[in-house]
Amino acid sequence: MHTKSLKGLTIPLISVLAGFIVGAILMLIFGYDPIQNYQNLLKGSLGGIYSIGETLRNMISLILTALGFAVASKAGFFNIGGPGQYLIGWFGAIVFTLKFSHLPAVILIIGALLCGALAGGLWSMIAGVLRAYFGTSEVITTIMLNYIILYLVNFAVKSWLASKGSDSSPNITTKANLNTPFLQHITDNSTFNWGFFIALAVVGLVWFYFKKTKSGFEIQAVGLNESASQYAGVNVKRTIIIAMLISGLLAGLGGAIDGLGNFENISVSNNLPNVGYNGMAVALLAAGNPIGIIFSALLFSALQIGGLSISVYSNTPSEIVDIVIASIIFFVGIKYAFELMTKKGWLKRKNKVVKGGAEK
Amino acid sequence: MEDYVVEMRHITKQFGSYKANNDISLQLRKGEILALLGENGAGKSTLMGMLSGLLEPTEGEILINNKVVRMDNPRDAKRLGIGMVHQHFMLIPAFSVLENIILGDEPTKATRIDYKKAASDIEELAEKYHLDIDVHAKVRDITVGMQQRVEIMKALYRKANIFIFDEPTAALTPQEIDQFIKILRALAAEGNSVIFITHKLKEIKEVADRCVVIRMGKVIETVQVAETKEETLAEMMVGRKVNFAVEKEETDKTKTVLAVNDLNVEVHGLPKVKDLNLTVHSGEIVGVAGVDGNGQSELIEAITGLRKIKKGTVELKGKFLQNLGARKISEAGIGCIPEDRQNVGLILPFTIAENLVLKSYHKKPASQHGLLNYKKINEIGRQLIKSFDIRSQSEKELAGDLSGGNQQKVIVAREISANPDLLIAANPTRGVDIGAIEYIHEKIIEQRNTGHAVLLISFELDEILKLSDRIVVMHEGQIVGEIDPRHTSSEELGLMMAGKTPIGQEG
Ligand SMILES: Nc1ncnc2c1ncn2[C@@H]1O[C@H](COP(=O)(O)OP(=O)(O)OP(=O)(O)O)[C@@H](O)[C@H]1O
Ligand SMILES: [Mg+2]
Repeated sequence: MHTKSLKGLTIPLISVLAGFIVGAILMLIFGYDPIQNYQNLLKGSLGGIYSIGETLRNMISLILTALGFAVASKAGFFNIGGPGQYLIGWFGAIVFTLKFSHLPAVILIIGALLCGALAGGLWSMIAGVLRAYFGTSEVITTIMLNYIILYLVNFAVKSWLASKGSDSSPNITTKANLNTPFLQHITDNSTFNWGFFIALAVVGLVWFYFKKTKSGFEIQAVGLNESASQYAGVNVKRTIIIAMLISGLLAGLGGAIDGLGNFENISVSNNLPNVGYNGMAVALLAAGNPIGIIFSALLFSALQIGGLSISVYSNTPSEIVDIVIASIIFFVGIKYAFELMTKKGWLKRKNKVVKGGAEK
Repeated sequence: MEDYVVEMRHITKQFGSYKANNDISLQLRKGEILALLGENGAGKSTLMGMLSGLLEPTEGEILINNKVVRMDNPRDAKRLGIGMVHQHFMLIPAFSVLENIILGDEPTKATRIDYKKAASDIEELAEKYHLDIDVHAKVRDITVGMQQRVEIMKALYRKANIFIFDEPTAALTPQEIDQFIKILRALAAEGNSVIFITHKLKEIKEVADRCVVIRMGKVIETVQVAETKEETLAEMMVGRKVNFAVEKEETDKTKTVLAVNDLNVEVHGLPKVKDLNLTVHSGEIVGVAGVDGNGQSELIEAITGLRKIKKGTVELKGKFLQNLGARKISEAGIGCIPEDRQNVGLILPFTIAENLVLKSYHKKPASQHGLLNYKKINEIGRQLIKSFDIRSQSEKELAGDLSGGNQQKVIVAREISANPDLLIAANPTRGVDIGAIEYIHEKIIEQRNTGHAVLLISFELDEILKLSDRIVVMHEGQIVGEIDPRHTSSEELGLMMAGKTPIGQEG
């Protein structure tokens, strides 16, 4: 909340630029045309109504999982449970919609989203409770919780939701679909859905939460200095649990929206949903700033959606996009080195005096 | 041209548009002890930060042994033979004392760290300089005083020949200070040069050759210490006369405010406070004297709800508070200026205003219906900054950017302005300049005069003797004696603190 935003922009911008340069160099080495490919990337992600719709839709869960990760980091925790919380949110929303399909659309949708978010929150809260009362590292517990929920959901889908011989639940009723005919109509039949606006509203809520509320203040206090918070009378245990709860709520909501707006059902899967991990990267690039997360999610989403079309228009493998994404994350990761260099003046040398140890 | 070990020429350091140092020049000779004196926020630490490679001067140059040097980081400074003990400790809590001392300078044997050699080297130094440290303890478990000794040991271990000590005596007891003064003398006698920052004029008179007085980022004067009186030094530094006497009114001391009964506290299974009994009445300042590490910290933490009480009761105006938790206890009317200002008293990345409401953010006027009212918070901030003379650029400045003494003033302002029934003050004037000490003492006495109770814990026997109505001596977790400050001396108090049978015991 106290970052000087202008100065804070340099690092992400440098990282993104560096990521693109690395990608370009690799393409040159392997004989692909970087300019052509980047043009295709841009076209594929933002070049038309349809692709814009896809890119924006893909942003939704990136934004929400990133917000979830950011909330936990504010409290000083590294919540790797995003994928699991997203998955249980998705599962929760689908179950609710299937079981209460007779409810009117609006109530059905709200109920499903709440059910998914709550499932994510409670799941993540387990790690918070373990951390608060037993000091268990949340890094380890959230990873374990990810795998537990993956297999639990698979088991539940297979033995409870799916019809015999199938690996997927039935589709939800169309009235619960967030990708309404109206939106399909104006976005050229893309998967763009109402969840996008929900995500934007949640960004505003999270921003407000940290800027203005007592509870947000406490989370930041605990994240920055636990002993001082305890001394100040903050209930540290409760704050830790609340932070993890909110973190999971957000990721769970991301899963719920994707469930209703994009997948429309849930299937058995071998892997944890990637979006949970990508959300971490989005949050890191935005340095946890809620508004920054919107832009950072837009970038990642555009890369992912645009990346699909790279291999359509040329013989460049779409994996090149993964390399660009990975490089950006890498450069964000070494941002501390950048910061140090800017601070120490290595990037703008003006003094001519002998450096370091003039001998005695 | 004279030979100087260190010469700083026309140094200016700007933070944004604010000039923390403005055209400062100083010289240090071989074998000399040079004192730096100046108010909180005058720019002493900033100046020394540039000499130890932590900060880069905006303008000016630094010469070491007559050569212009540039230092980009503390390693460069170390190579030049400069060792600095910072005002705020730079220790890693999870590491042992030994690991902290050798960090960055580990002796190795076949690529492995030779802990044996390190330990024996350190023990040798500890013996030579009479520094009492427990090399195997974890830093997070040791007292502030011990941390200070560890920091001093770090500098000695690194075999520098230019030593900078930034307020090393703020957290030391009088005996330890005497010992430290001896260390300074020994270092100088061995041909090393020393820069010594302190707010205690007595120490400057005792050990320094010359003294540079800084005010608002500028050198006011450089004087020969032997030829200058303490009062003159004080006046030069503050720019006005300082009044050292305090006014204590008669008060009614019949009402018990705090009653601690049979208190027992354990840390890692070891008893730290044993069957302790203590009462503090309204209109009374009770001083707790004791050698560092005799359970004073644990006593405070237990009363304020930060540490679990194993047995016994804590009663405030008849209400039992033991193990109620910090929030309830503070709401019940106990305020506390903690020992460790940076790790406990403040959240450094928060603004001054936020830190000033750190204990009241959850209620009106700072917040309402779960929402913070920043307009009010900043208003409270501005007002306290003004009345406690916290030298800062604005209430939105980060607490971490304040000078050490001004950080202390933020805590004092927050705790005293809450007007608690019982104020616990642990080294309330640690690192604070004499002008501000005067003010804080006035405020503490004002609390007493208006019928509040004060429990004062301090390394400064003079402070305890001056403020207290009653002094209790703590030794090995127990109160071993009680004494009337009007009929005692620091010597007698010192003996009692060491656990010797007290003379003239009253209680
Ligand atoms: N990183 C920073 N950013 C902005 N201002 C700073 C920063 N560091 C120091 N200052 C300001 O520079 C001034 C000088 O601070 P400095 O720490 O040098 O004072 P000092 O003389 O050591 O005081 P004290 O006796 O309280 O330790 C203060 O007003 C402080 O607020
Ligand atoms: Mg200082």
